[in-house]
Amino acid sequence: MSALTFTVKQETAQRVDMSPLSCQLLKDLSIAEIAAIELQNGKRKLRVDELFEIAGTDTQQIVIKNSFAKLDFIAKDLQDGTVTVEGEAGAYLAMGMKSGSVTVNGNTGLYAACEMKNGLLTINGNAGDFLGGALPGNKQGMKGGTIIVKGNVGQRAGDHMRRGTMLIEGNAGDYCGSRMIAGTIAVMGSTGRFLGYAMQRGTLLLWQQPTLSATFNDCGSHTLAFLPILFKSFAKLDSKFADAAQAFDRVQRFGGDMAEKGRAEVLVKL
Amino acid sequence: MIINGVSIDATFAEAFPMKATRAIITAQNEKWAMISAQAMTGFATSVIACGCEAGIERVLDPSETPDGRPGVAILIFAMGGKGLAKQLETRAGQCVLTSPTSALFAGIDEGEQIPLGKNLRYFGDGFQTSKKIDGKRYWRVPVMDGEFLTEATTGRVDAVGGGNFLVLAQSQHQALAACEAAIIEMKKMPNVIMPFPGGVVRSGSKVGSKYPALGASTNDAFCPTLKGITKTDLSPEIESVMEIVIDGLSKEDIDNAMRVGIQAACDLGAANGIKRISAGNYGGKLGPFHFHLQEIMA
Repeated sequence: MSALTFTVKQETAQRVDMSPLSCQLLKDLSIAEIAAIELQNGKRKLRVDELFEIAGTDTQQIVIKNSFAKLDFIAKDLQDGTVTVEGEAGAYLAMGMKSGSVTVNGNTGLYAACEMKNGLLTINGNAGDFLGGALPGNKQGMKGGTIIVKGNVGQRAGDHMRRGTMLIEGNAGDYCGSRMIAGTIAVMGSTGRFLGYAMQRGTLLLWQQPTLSATFNDCGSHTLAFLPILFKSFAKLDSKFADAAQAFDRVQRFGGDMAEKGRAEVLVKL
Repeated sequence: MIINGVSIDATFAEAFPMKATRAIITAQNEKWAMISAQAMTGFATSVIACGCEAGIERVLDPSETPDGRPGVAILIFAMGGKGLAKQLETRAGQCVLTSPTSALFAGIDEGEQIPLGKNLRYFGDGFQTSKKIDGKRYWRVPVMDGEFLTEATTGRVDAVGGGNFLVLAQSQHQALAACEAAIIEMKKMPNVIMPFPGGVVRSGSKVGSKYPALGASTNDAFCPTLKGITKTDLSPEIESVMEIVIDGLSKEDIDNAMRVGIQAACDLGAANGIKRISAGNYGGKLGPFHFHLQEIMA
């Protein structure tokens, strides 16, 4: 079976809710039924076959071609299956994803991996603000799984993050790891202002020296035994993080945010 | 059956079901991993009074350990799951957590998960942090030499304890030499430990005692100094008997270890004073696992 492929015929002026096209929802549907699904497009509904040319039959392998930045909620609550996006993805990509994998060969909008539970999200471009964050008003963001971003991420990456691993090959914007409850965010590039703002627990693993606020205290330089295990777990990933030359176990440890619980850490490569 | 002049008794060793787990201790170098492992498996020769039976399975190359440092694999056996969990936690807390540069990992993933460092984390007084990596939870406990890293749980599996054989020799030093040769070969086998000092026990016991408070007492039928005054199992030329006890993760593991051990003892042969190989049992009524010597050596 070939992958079920949705090719955008023409970009829409209004945003499109793509959540009905997640693998687990299409499992038992025929192509005709899938074509008849109505997607919310601004204030009106749009049939799938109005927006996309449909090819292929494997509903557990979805490809979206010519994707553009107004396709929101792609791979929402994904459970098993794979979704590949060729082009840009809108907001809330892989929101609540439970398992499976999502790959975006382009940039993504706000709230990618919002409240993601498990699985693998690879963004071969840049990610917008609130990557792996919680919906406004909710208290827990990403709760598990792995996110790889090959480009840069916007502000507040990992906001309210509860568990899981976020690997950023590029730069991170301001407030990276803000209000983080636990989990690991690794950033190879630079980080912005207010790093780890109100962070409770968890680890920010950095390759570059950050500008830290006064509420993160220097705990000295250390060799940490868990780091080789962490890096070993990256070995299977398609990422710079898998490169053994990038691994290290010697770090400068900063504890904070002392204005919060103060049990979080910023580890900077030495 | 006679091998190299050594008579193999038509008898069997009787063994019991136990619960077991493996733990991996790593450290800055093999020396400190071994020190920690020796401490953790100390005073663990017999469940009769130690609460568990434990031993060092083998030294691990850095490429075999989770954190890429030199390590030692240990096996711990107990009569029940609760007892095993208690012994594991107590020993890990007092012997590994305390040992410089050490880290502690699960050596068995399958089976019911029992706490390894799950509760030791509280030593961190709230400063401990957890990391879940590839589905496994680790605890990082701040300690004075840096950080104690431990996996939260390890797998508990069904196992077999009490496999054994006796080496009957013309002299004490010949019995010991045969046992030493056996232990060298048996230590090469996976999934088994020989929990007694150096792998050898010289005070094999029988069930019961003339003293009501004691559940076990000296195996007088195999005590050479009592040959003339008790219902002995020894012929006149036997002057010393030593026993090797084996605990293993499966009956097959014990079979294999007994085979290489008995063979090594027999290789010394009658010419070196090794006269008989026998085994300890309770008439077959107590333990469900029977290791028939002649079948193993066939």
